[in-house]
Amino acid sequence: MNKTVVVGMSGGVDSSVAAYLLKEQGYDVIGVTMQIWQDESETAQEDNGGCCGLSAVDDARRVADVLGIPYYVMNFKKEFQKNVIDYFVDEYRKGRTPNPCIACNRYVKWESLLQRSMEIGADYIATGHYARISEYKNGRLSIRKSVTARKDQTYALYNLTQEQLKRTLLPVGEYEKEQIREIAKKAGLPVAVKPDSQEICFVPDNDYAGFIERETGEKEKKGMFVTEDGEILGEHKGISHYTIGQRKGLGISMGHPIYVKEIRTDTNEVILAEEEKSIFSTVLTADNINYMGAEKFEPGMEMTGKIRYSHKGEKCVVKACEDGKITLEFANPVRAVTPGQAVVLYDGDYVLGGGTIC
Amino acid sequence: MNVYMDNAATTMLSKEVYEKMQPYFMGEYGNASGIYSFAQRSRKAVEDARQIIGDAINAKSSEIYFTSGGTESDNWALKAVADAMEEKGRHIITTKIEHHAILNTCGYLEKKGFRVTYLDVDSEGRINLQDLENAIENDTILISVMFANNEIGTIQPVKEIGEIAHRYGIIFHTDAVQAFGHVKVDVEACNIDMLSASAHKFHGPKGAGFLYIRNGIKTGSYMHGGSQERHRRAGTLNVPGIVGMGEAARIAVEHMDESIKYETDLREYFIGKLKENVPHIKLNGSSSDRLPDNINVCFKYAPGESALIMLDRKGIYCSAGSACTSGAMDASHVLLAIGMSEEMAHCSIRFTISSDTTKEDIDYVVENVSQIITKLRAMSPLYEHYVQETEKQ
Repeated sequence: MNKTVVVGMSGGVDSSVAAYLLKEQGYDVIGVTMQIWQDESETAQEDNGGCCGLSAVDDARRVADVLGIPYYVMNFKKEFQKNVIDYFVDEYRKGRTPNPCIACNRYVKWESLLQRSMEIGADYIATGHYARISEYKNGRLSIRKSVTARKDQTYALYNLTQEQLKRTLLPVGEYEKEQIREIAKKAGLPVAVKPDSQEICFVPDNDYAGFIERETGEKEKKGMFVTEDGEILGEHKGISHYTIGQRKGLGISMGHPIYVKEIRTDTNEVILAEEEKSIFSTVLTADNINYMGAEKFEPGMEMTGKIRYSHKGEKCVVKACEDGKITLEFANPVRAVTPGQAVVLYDGDYVLGGGTIC
Repeated sequence: MNVYMDNAATTMLSKEVYEKMQPYFMGEYGNASGIYSFAQRSRKAVEDARQIIGDAINAKSSEIYFTSGGTESDNWALKAVADAMEEKGRHIITTKIEHHAILNTCGYLEKKGFRVTYLDVDSEGRINLQDLENAIENDTILISVMFANNEIGTIQPVKEIGEIAHRYGIIFHTDAVQAFGHVKVDVEACNIDMLSASAHKFHGPKGAGFLYIRNGIKTGSYMHGGSQERHRRAGTLNVPGIVGMGEAARIAVEHMDESIKYETDLREYFIGKLKENVPHIKLNGSSSDRLPDNINVCFKYAPGESALIMLDRKGIYCSAGSACTSGAMDASHVLLAIGMSEEMAHCSIRFTISSDTTKEDIDYVVENVSQIITKLRAMSPLYEHYVQETEKQ
């Protein structure tokens, strides 16, 4: 009997081609769109550009129809609320900058979707991520960078477990984006030409602070911008408006550039620094470690660390790894180490693991 | 093998109805409002249907207004009464388990400044008549309580509700979309002033429905335009749809007693078989005041959404809760209203049969349900825990 795979479909070209490729490879493919946050009120229809709005469902359904595969919409609103939205709000309120895509991948896609896919008899789940799954040299499963380097999505996948990787297929990672578009065209897949989704899907207007206020129902407390020496520079709009390293949109005019260096929740202060180099650092600590390619991290291990999705990566060495925390030292200073973001560690193309920056 | 068990969602058009509709698509396509004899034949067909439907609910044919279906009828009833009675009062009473056509229309009226009381229901889905009476205020203008619930099949004490409404001089509307054509509906005996129904729920065509408005009930026009439906609902009449609905109503009434018996027996057979084959289940709704075609069961700790998908893969079509726009399932507001936890509501499935359903169908369904539920429960640590706990007791 053929193996069955559930493909998470957004209606976009990548997941549509993923479904197509797996079908070509002989799998029994079931298309699923995850309903995760869609506001169903009358006014909120169709102005969302995210990957899971109603138009995404329509598009995915059309693709499934062309492929001749069964297609279902599954409700993950509760799981998404708990693991992504609540976490997102909570982190911002703590003065940290969360990465909701990592949380969504780990807990919603690779936990809940995988669980439900197993329930309906699937052997695997698949997505349209630009990443590959390969064995690392020690035999452990690892996420490996995609053929399309500029679309690489390994950073957001570092947190998956060995069990999850065992049940995952990422067919798109073997191709260039252009090839994926070409395959879609040849296969006659009716994928709409839409911009690559990059923003946070549940905050389509990018107004995080406004979103957090709506979620919590409370207006955020204003506070003070201060220098490292405690000199007051002005009033800030509430800490969730800011992230480490931020220069623009501070709403404060100093006659020269100024940067967010630190966010202090206890005093509700945002610390600003004049010198850009003062927001560079060489050491960071991370917790909530996930081991992927690496079975463990030991002092002296040399790797490449990425401290945010868009970071190109920097050589680093493990200084300490104990009590569930890892301390890393970078060869060259890295800009704006931001608590709440992930540090993902690589050996070449392979993800070794990572953690949440403290 | 394919087994359709979602007759509360829609039914198959019956062959007789289909044949009866045929001439009105091409040959007899006249506009029923025309003055020439060709059009008058369409008119006659429409009026025949009106007569059949009036007779079916013990109303005058002049009290039947054709609409596009249940949702339109519900919207019309509520909005038109609110509009016409605004001077007299701005309070409406309904229940927590109404169809969204009622609930969302009430929500709309609340935005317009009306007050709405949503009555609780008991664990079987029935309202409490004393609650109803207590909810009545000086300016209550309308009571709208569904005849029978679409999800759990519970039949309300409609006659008593109507009596209370009339004692206080309040208009009584009932959404009978699930009931009409399935159980006896008598607007006189039940003191009903307005009643909504939809053709495709009783083997008629989609896109046709009616609203009964008792003579003397004041409502303005709902659709503005031509003079159709006594100026109250303008728009060219959907002749084939109306003819089909009339024929479907005629057949439903003619065979009512035998279908009630057949479906009730089958329903009990189904429930009995399920109980025999699947442990830890619970029938949602009432065992006595229940639509003959409705079986709604909670399979504890077996997620309903996954069960529906697996049943679909076996060619068994049924449903649970109410689908949202995208097609994803939300926990049913009805199951929550009868006191179920969200978790258990998510473990419930609705099977709705028809006179076309056979014992073989049911055997096939029960066999597959049993396998699927066993499989799903095997993946649920909560179920294991639950079984251990119940065994201890």
